[in-house]
Amino acid sequence: MNTELIGIAVIFLSTVLLALPLGRYLAVVYSGDRSWSDFLGPLERGLYRLGGIDARQEMTWQQHLRALLTINLLWFFWAMLVLCTQGSLPLNPDGNPSMTPDLAFNTAISFLVNCNLQHYSGETGMSYLSQTVVVMFLQFVTAATGMAACVVVFNALRERSAERLGNFYVYFVHSLTRVLLPLSLAVALVLAFQGTPMTYAGKAAVVTVQGDSVQVSRGPAAAMVAIKELGTNGGGFFGANSAHPLENPTYLTNAVENVALVLIPLAMVFALGYYLKRPKLSYMVLGVMTAGFLLLLAPTVYYEMHGNPALAHLGTNQTLGALEGKEMRFGAAASAYWGITNTVISCGSVNSMHDSHMPVSGMCELLGMMTNAFYGGVGVGFLNFFVFVVIAVFISGLMVGRTPELLGKKIEAREMKIALIVALLHPLLILAGTAMSAHLYAGHPTEYAGWLANPGFHGFSEMLYEFTSSAANNGSGFEGLGDNTPWWNLSTGVVMLLARFLPIIGPVAIAGLLARKKYIPESAGTLRLDTATFGVMVFFVIWIIAALAFFPALALGPLAEHFTLY
Amino acid sequence: MKTYLFPAFRLSLALLVLCCGVYPALVWGAARLAPGHGEGVQVSYKGRVVGFAQVGQKFDRPEYFNTRPSAVGYNAAGSAGSNKGPSNPEYLQEVQTRVGAFLQQNPAVAAGQVPAELVTASGSGLDPHLSPEGAYAQVERVARRRGLAPARVRALVAAHVKEPLVWFFGPATVNVLELNLALDKLSGL
Repeated sequence: MNTELIGIAVIFLSTVLLALPLGRYLAVVYSGDRSWSDFLGPLERGLYRLGGIDARQEMTWQQHLRALLTINLLWFFWAMLVLCTQGSLPLNPDGNPSMTPDLAFNTAISFLVNCNLQHYSGETGMSYLSQTVVVMFLQFVTAATGMAACVVVFNALRERSAERLGNFYVYFVHSLTRVLLPLSLAVALVLAFQGTPMTYAGKAAVVTVQGDSVQVSRGPAAAMVAIKELGTNGGGFFGANSAHPLENPTYLTNAVENVALVLIPLAMVFALGYYLKRPKLSYMVLGVMTAGFLLLLAPTVYYEMHGNPALAHLGTNQTLGALEGKEMRFGAAASAYWGITNTVISCGSVNSMHDSHMPVSGMCELLGMMTNAFYGGVGVGFLNFFVFVVIAVFISGLMVGRTPELLGKKIEAREMKIALIVALLHPLLILAGTAMSAHLYAGHPTEYAGWLANPGFHGFSEMLYEFTSSAANNGSGFEGLGDNTPWWNLSTGVVMLLARFLPIIGPVAIAGLLARKKYIPESAGTLRLDTATFGVMVFFVIWIIAALAFFPALALGPLAEHFTLY
Repeated sequence: MKTYLFPAFRLSLALLVLCCGVYPALVWGAARLAPGHGEGVQVSYKGRVVGFAQVGQKFDRPEYFNTRPSAVGYNAAGSAGSNKGPSNPEYLQEVQTRVGAFLQQNPAVAAGQVPAELVTASGSGLDPHLSPEGAYAQVERVARRRGLAPARVRALVAAHVKEPLVWFFGPATVNVLELNLALDKLSGL
């Protein structure tokens, strides 16, 4: 069998095998039970003392949200401050300038919402200080924010009636000290020993073998790349992200980075089962997510490995696949696998340029972000999935003529309204944003000529991709788009902001409302969630709500391009 | 609001020290023990630093094995792909020009067999590798230009093919910088 295919099969299997024990560990950590990592207790107590936090105080769902939003607001101002002044601050050996306000706004929001859309290039747009105290800091804390919000929902789904759902700061700090920091340290060490730089020295000047004078950008990359993947952030140290030979130097680092970014979202699913003591429930969730993932993966791998027919026609040998925008050390299969894992999961790092992928692959990547619930980002992936579960429970309830119940709690009008607003917000933001951009472009094609690197259907896909990526808090791009302009900086900034916080507020609110309700013990008439039947139901709800809404847009972009090529 | 603002502020400061001070310091310390000491692995030839082992550089002279087209001209001060879509007519025109140039320089290669990586730009613009096929396709030209026996040059390529990770995972590659330095050594340059 082809070694490229064996490679991706092994990457996937090792992710699942590692996620199982990690899921069990997460459940232990969040339940507050004893674990091997209890030696970190003093560090955490120190953090609570420095923060002036009473760790024993439990919070209602509203208090959770207030704590979460306040601390996020603070981070936004911190990021704006540093980005707008980085040119005059220390740790800037390459003398890079401060950001313009619109670019700083876009960048601050982008990292605050765990999206990591980048309208700058790391080599020229950031100082080492910003890379460390803005980018890397937010990559840690926003991942932990998502995980903490997810645990609030887990807590609310337990078999009881409760007003208070644990302490936000405890979930948040534990996510950092017991999960993200130790794992990042391990991944960063692998990267450093494989050749990723970890230095505060500036660019190195080199005269090459042929006598060309070039410079080589470096920096404290190893530490940041680790949390970039583990926290499903995706914002690269260098402009080319994980396609850059220093950010991702070997096939081994590629495998490690790829495992790292899928690991926690997958482990969260297992953690759900252990935490609620309903292992079958997590198998149902895992089954639905994996089915959706494989459905998007298979065509992408096929088309990338079979190459571009237009290039074959020009007399090139396409047996190694479509190589435009790809690195030889990864090959077509690992690039396709990376592309899909990074879009179904809202990580959005790239190891090949999605803009140059075949049209069907581009469409599968778009669909991964449009559904945004097949694994999904750390914590928030499950929150998105949870919204679809609520809708599926409601529809199933109507189909069999019973009051819809979710794990022993009645679902009523209020919860349904919130769920539907969250579910429909996503297509609204994407389609309205794309429509406005297309309108602007069509009205002034010369004024906005710098926007699109490719003409025709593909140009439309570039705009669609940008908004999809922003709304999914993904951050990857069809990078041919000339996106550092006020329109793109501001419009995607607003989309990212709405698309991050409403899908956190919504599910936490639903969970909080449900937690208060009377617990109805299971009986013969209960709709059971942990069955294959219900799994199929959720699967179709996701496809109908999240995918069909986009069909006309997909037909105008990638599908139309596909049929011009084949 | 105030109940949440002060803890948020103080906790953020503490975490800034932990995540942006302690954690990178640990990685930085460990990286001193790594190859290249965390500064990137440099390659020297005859006492002169000629590049970084993992960062590709431009080879476009016919007496060297050539590297792939690059959107940033192999200047690692930046990095980028071409971001050309697969059906872009301008792009297809450009590839056609590259194919023509390649066939002219390498007449031993049959039309239809031009290695795809030699006419397409990489994702980073800094790809240090070729596939073994991409290197073998240039053997005749390089040997002719250097007055070496093709069999010797082919053997040199074969010695520089890096097999997939533990022979099973991923593609085989050739590092062009290493290959070209070995080639210079073979020619006594």
